[in-house]
Amino acid sequence: MNTLIHWWNLLGADGQHLVVMTAQIVAVMMSVIVSVAMMTYAERKVIGFIQVRIGPNQVRIFGLPFLKGLAQPFADVIKLLLKEVIVPAESDKFLFLLAPLIALVPALATWAVVPFSPDFVLAKLDAGLLYILALTSLGVYGIILAGWAANSKYALLGAMRSAAQIVAYEIAMGFALVGVLMAAGSLNLTEIVRAQSHGYASYVYPWQAAGFLSWNWFWLFPLMVVYFIAGIAETNRAPFDVAEGESEIVAGFHVEYSGATFATLFALPEYANMILVATLASVLFLGGWQSPFEGYLAADLPLASPSFLWLFLKILCFLFCFLWFRATFPRYRYDQIMRLGWKVFIPITLIWIGVECVMVWFKVGPWARVL
Amino acid sequence: MRALRQFAKTLFLGELLQGLALTFRYMWKPKFTVHYPEEKTPQSVRYRGLHALRRYPNGEERCIACKLCEAVCPALAITIESDVSADGTRRTTRYDIDLFKCIYCGFCEEACPVDAIVETRIHEYHMENRGENIMNKDKLLAIGERYESMIAADKLADAPYR
Repeated sequence: MNTLIHWWNLLGADGQHLVVMTAQIVAVMMSVIVSVAMMTYAERKVIGFIQVRIGPNQVRIFGLPFLKGLAQPFADVIKLLLKEVIVPAESDKFLFLLAPLIALVPALATWAVVPFSPDFVLAKLDAGLLYILALTSLGVYGIILAGWAANSKYALLGAMRSAAQIVAYEIAMGFALVGVLMAAGSLNLTEIVRAQSHGYASYVYPWQAAGFLSWNWFWLFPLMVVYFIAGIAETNRAPFDVAEGESEIVAGFHVEYSGATFATLFALPEYANMILVATLASVLFLGGWQSPFEGYLAADLPLASPSFLWLFLKILCFLFCFLWFRATFPRYRYDQIMRLGWKVFIPITLIWIGVECVMVWFKVGPWARVL
Repeated sequence: MRALRQFAKTLFLGELLQGLALTFRYMWKPKFTVHYPEEKTPQSVRYRGLHALRRYPNGEERCIACKLCEAVCPALAITIESDVSADGTRRTTRYDIDLFKCIYCGFCEEACPVDAIVETRIHEYHMENRGENIMNKDKLLAIGERYESMIAADKLADAPYR
């Protein structure tokens, strides 16, 4: 123990900071990866229940008699990692193996700016929202490169679909974020969450927290809907999963991928991005780590105090919506996706940004306190 | 006006929300799943599973090598060769059913004048090596001997409806 403390002191302030940061990053990464595993299990379970089935219920953790089926994702991961990685003979081998990494890195790097609790965020970046927009757009390069490098017709078609779709929805998503930006007056995600602590009710009782009514969703509801749907499209999830389109183009961009490249490098980014979109929707529109009862209950109650737990619950709700939508809606036709993105979402966001401009200008609602 | 109403309907996602409500209700419904190895669905006495060749109670083979089953088999899964046996009766020397070709239609059973070839209700079987899909006479007779009581009971239960 003493030697440990000795070494710790030897590191100096910078070294200690480095070690702490690395430990935090590893912790966040591991939680994301475990959440991804749990998400695949939850997906099969929820969709099973909606289809009046029961889903996986056999693989147990260490043979324990409870929580049957919870070990299923781990069994799946082990199976996929042990499988052969097939590199097609006609493919561009370097790009073929690089593409999954390009898809993976942005999906994990974006977590750096997500504020998990009032005082825990990996990077207190002032341009956090821009950083997120930039990185989530980067993820599509992995998909395009994968489709291109596989040198397969179906993979290429899937990649092109994915690219066109993401271009369309990125704009609507960006406009939705502009609305948030105007509401908070900051690009820093922690600031955006803080700005949501005073809102609707503060118009009536200035500077008083109003719980869930003060969050952005109340005034920016259309933007929240557009953001979340665009997020679903961006992560290529049903009903926008034409990039995968198993009924017409087999499995789209990942048709040639197998084993570890498929498992850790396509399933992982897809689910990590889903969790990310859910997290961002909670942070941007549902007040992040803030309690919905703030201002209604005594401030010292645990129910009324901000904590990671609230963020976690909000993320779970959004993630459930992902699975719920997948179990409910049939896949959009390709031209309908394009129509929805260009001709519905962009006008809606533009109109609402206009409405918000007017409200900010005339100091209506939560903007009454700004000046 | 109608166009306007349609516009409002699609804009506020009315039908999508209806669908979501429906699936949400379904999530709480009792599940129909049969937990297969532990629970099993009831089987008909006419279930057409693994084949068997039967014997009479005195141990004599029922099959008289008439080859009606071979003739009726739509998948050409049955191969029969016949000869005169030691006691002077017509018997098969070879009776093969290729289980990979067989479509389990039950025509062989229908065609058989002496109820020799039958399809039992056994449906949980597997092969571990190449060639095990060919059921020869010995294997078919062995199955028939082992499950005779079950086969006889099934035939008896089905007899009034034939």
